[in-house]
Amino acid sequence: MIPPLAQTSIGQPGGSDKCVENNGFCPDWIVDNIDRYWTPLLEHVYLTVLPVTIGFAISLALAILAHRRRWLTGPIITITGIFFAIPSIAAFFLLQPITGLGYTTAMVALVSYTLLIIFRNITTGLRNVPAETRDAALGQGLTERQVLFRVELPLAVPEIMAGLRVASSTTVGLAALALYAGAGGLGAEILRGDDKFFKSNVVVAGGLAVLLAAVLDLLILTVQRWMTPWQRART
Amino acid sequence: MISTYRKILTMLAVLCLAVGVGACGDDDDADKSSTGSAPAADSKVIERDSANASKGTITVASKNFTEQFVLGEVYSQALEAQGFKVKRRLNLGSEQVAYKALTGGDIDMYPEYTGTSLINFFDVKPADVPKDPDAAYTQTKADYAKQDIAALARTPFSNTYVVTSTKKTADKIGNPKTMTELFQKAPNLSISGFPECRQRQDCLLGLRSQFGYKGKFISSDGKFNDLKGGNSELTLAFGTDPQLALTDQYVAYEDDKQFFPPYNIALGVRNDAIEKIGPEAVEVLEAVQEPMTETVMRELNRRVELEKQAPKVVAAAYLKEEGFLE
Amino acid sequence: MNGSLAILGDFGEAVEFIFKERPSVSGDVMIGGIPELAGFGLTHMYVSIAAVLIAAALAIPLALWLGHIGRGDFLATATSNVGRAVPSLALLAFFISFVGLGYTNVILVLVLLAIPPLITNTYVGMRGVDRDLVDAARGQGMTGMEIVRKIELPLALPSIFGGLRTSAVNVVATATIAPLANVQTLGEPIITPQTYGFVGQLGAAIVVAVITVAVDFLFARLQRAVTPAGLKLTEPTGRRYFSLPTRRRLKSP
Repeated sequence: MIPPLAQTSIGQPGGSDKCVENNGFCPDWIVDNIDRYWTPLLEHVYLTVLPVTIGFAISLALAILAHRRRWLTGPIITITGIFFAIPSIAAFFLLQPITGLGYTTAMVALVSYTLLIIFRNITTGLRNVPAETRDAALGQGLTERQVLFRVELPLAVPEIMAGLRVASSTTVGLAALALYAGAGGLGAEILRGDDKFFKSNVVVAGGLAVLLAAVLDLLILTVQRWMTPWQRART
Repeated sequence: MISTYRKILTMLAVLCLAVGVGACGDDDDADKSSTGSAPAADSKVIERDSANASKGTITVASKNFTEQFVLGEVYSQALEAQGFKVKRRLNLGSEQVAYKALTGGDIDMYPEYTGTSLINFFDVKPADVPKDPDAAYTQTKADYAKQDIAALARTPFSNTYVVTSTKKTADKIGNPKTMTELFQKAPNLSISGFPECRQRQDCLLGLRSQFGYKGKFISSDGKFNDLKGGNSELTLAFGTDPQLALTDQYVAYEDDKQFFPPYNIALGVRNDAIEKIGPEAVEVLEAVQEPMTETVMRELNRRVELEKQAPKVVAAAYLKEEGFLE
Repeated sequence: MNGSLAILGDFGEAVEFIFKERPSVSGDVMIGGIPELAGFGLTHMYVSIAAVLIAAALAIPLALWLGHIGRGDFLATATSNVGRAVPSLALLAFFISFVGLGYTNVILVLVLLAIPPLITNTYVGMRGVDRDLVDAARGQGMTGMEIVRKIELPLALPSIFGGLRTSAVNVVATATIAPLANVQTLGEPIITPQTYGFVGQLGAAIVVAVITVAVDFLFARLQRAVTPAGLKLTEPTGRRYFSLPTRRRLKSP
C-alpha cells in the first residue's frame, strides 16, 4: 500500500502561508502570483479599446449624418439611449441567442453602450462651434464638407475627446462583467472559481481595472492636448 | 625491536582504517539502496519510449482551478516522461467549454468529475446520480463511450461536497463526527453555500428533508472565508480543499448517509487519441493517479494555494515522491 | 445557430419563464413565474431606491453648497473620474471580501456608485446658472440661502435630475449582481444557471433590461418636467439634455 503523500517525508522547507490562510491582504502572494493577471489584463484591454474604437467610428458616421439632417438627432439619441440604459450584464444575455457565447457577444454589447456617449459628445462639439466661425469659413469659399472636416470637427476635438474618455472609463467597468458573455477579462479573474473573494486577488484584479481606466484616460487626454495646440493657452 | 613494534602498529592502524572505511562504505551502500535510485523489477518509474516522440502532439487540457491545474500537469508530465510531445491547455474554463472542446476535437483529453459529467453532460438529475462511486463511474464511462470518448479508471478521491465548520464551532457543539450527529445536535446553525445549492435536492433541500436541517442558508461562494469571517457557522466545502488539511482549524463532517453524489475524476480521452498514444500510455495515465486519495489531493492543493508553489512544480514533486519519476 | 426560429424560441421561452412557473433544470423545485420574479424585483427595487435616496441626501446638499460658493471644481471632476473608473463588480467583490454579505453591504456599495454622478451633475448645474442673474439677485438684497432656493436650484434642477437619472440607472443595473452578496435581486437567476437554465437567465435579463429602461425613461420625463419653460426656449438644440461636464465647461467664462 503506497503511503499517502502527506505521510511521506517531504524535503520542502517552509510551512503554509499564514497570510493566505487567513485571507488577509498579502503583498508576498501578490508578488509571487502577479503573472496570472497578465492574460486577463490583456483581454480587458482588448475588451475596452476595440469597442471604444468601433463605437467611435460608428458614432462619427452617425454624427456626420445627423449634422446635415438635424431631424435624425432625436431618433438616434433615443435608440442609442436605450442601448445605454440596458445594463451590460443583461445585454450579454440578450445577445446570446443571436451571437452565442464569446467575444462577439461581449463586443456587440460593449460597442452599443459607447454609442450614446460618443455620439452625444461629437454632436455637442459640432453644435458648439460658433456660427461666426462657420460663416467665416464658408465666406472663404470652403464647401460644406470642407467646413465640416477642416473647421468644425477640429474645433469639436475637446468635446469628442471628453466623450472618448467617459466611454473608455465606462467600458472598463462594463468589461469586468464580460465573463457572463463568455469572454475573459479582469472580472473573470475576480470571480475565479477556487479563491473567490480572496482579498488580495480582489484588490489586485480590481486595482488593475482602475489603473487601466486611469491610463486610458490619461492617454486620450494626452492625444487631445497634442491635437489641439490652440487649447493649451487656455487650459 | 622498535621498527617491528612500529610495523605492527602501522598494520593495526591500516587494518582499523580498512575496517572503518569498509563499514562507512557499507553504510553508504545501505543508504543508497534505501532510497532506491536503481530501477528495480517492481519500480513504477515511467519509461521513455523514443518512438512516442513521432506520434504527434497530444493536447492535455483542464478546467481552470487549482485541482484541475495539478491534475493536468500530472498527466502531461507522465506523458512527457514517456517521450510524448505534449501541448497544455490548462485554462479551459467551465465544464461546458471543456466538454465542447473535447467532443469537438480541439483537445485530446481532460479530467472531469463523474458527478459533473452525469449531471451536466448526460442529463442525469442530481438526485438520480448513483451514490456508489463505482456505479457512478460505470455509468459515466458508458455515456462517454457514446460520444466516442474513453473515460479512464476513476481516481480514489472524490471531490464532493463536505459540510465543514471551524474547530471552535465543533468544540462548542460537542464534536460530532458525522453529518447525522451534527444536525441532530445543532439543526439551527447557519450554513453558507454556492447559490445553486438553495434550490437543489442534492443540497439544501435534501439537507432539510433528510437531516432535519432548520438553519438559515447564506447564498455565498465564500466557503472558508465565510467561516473565518463569521458570515456563517457551517459551510459547504469541497472534499479536496486545501484548508481541510489544516485540521487544527477546520473540521469536516463525514457523509454517513452518502448524501452528496460522488465526484471522482475520470480522465476523458478521445478514442482517436487513445489510438495515438497506445495502451501502455493509458496504463501509465491510470497508474499515476492511483495514490490520489483525498488526503493526498488536499496536500497537493495546499502546496499550490497556501504555499504558493506552481502547479507544475507540485505535480513534478508528486510524481517523484510517489516513485513515477526519478 | 439554428436560424431565426431558434432565436425566437429562446426569447419566447424566456418570456414564458417570466410569466409561468416551470420545473428547475434539476427538477427539484418550481422556478419562474410572476410571484417569484416579483419577489426578486421587490428586493431589487428596495436596495436601489434606498441607495439612490441615501446618496441623494448625502451628495446633493453638499454639491449645492459647493456649487453656490464655486469651490468644487476639483472634487466634481475627481469624483466623476474615479466613479467612472471603478467597475461595479470590483467594488462589490471588494466589499464582500472586506466587509461581508447582506443588505447593508450591498446598499453601501450602491450608494458609493450613485454618489459621483449626483455630485458632478448638481455642481455643474449650479455653476451653469448665469452669473448675472445671481448678481442681480444679490443686488436686490437676497441672502445666500434665498439665492440658492429661488434662483440657482430651480435653474439647476434639470442637471440635478440628469444626475439622478444616471445614478438611478447605474444603481438598478448594478443591483443585478447583488446575489453575489446573498441579496436575491433579479440577478439571482443569472448567477444560478444550473437551477434556472439559460432560459431563466435570459428571462431575468429581459426583466432587468425592461425595468432599467423604464427607470431611465421615467427620470427623463421628470427631467423634462422640471426644466423651466424659459430654459427650454433658450436652448433650441436641446443641448442641456445631453451636455456632459467637461473640463472646459467647469471653468467659468
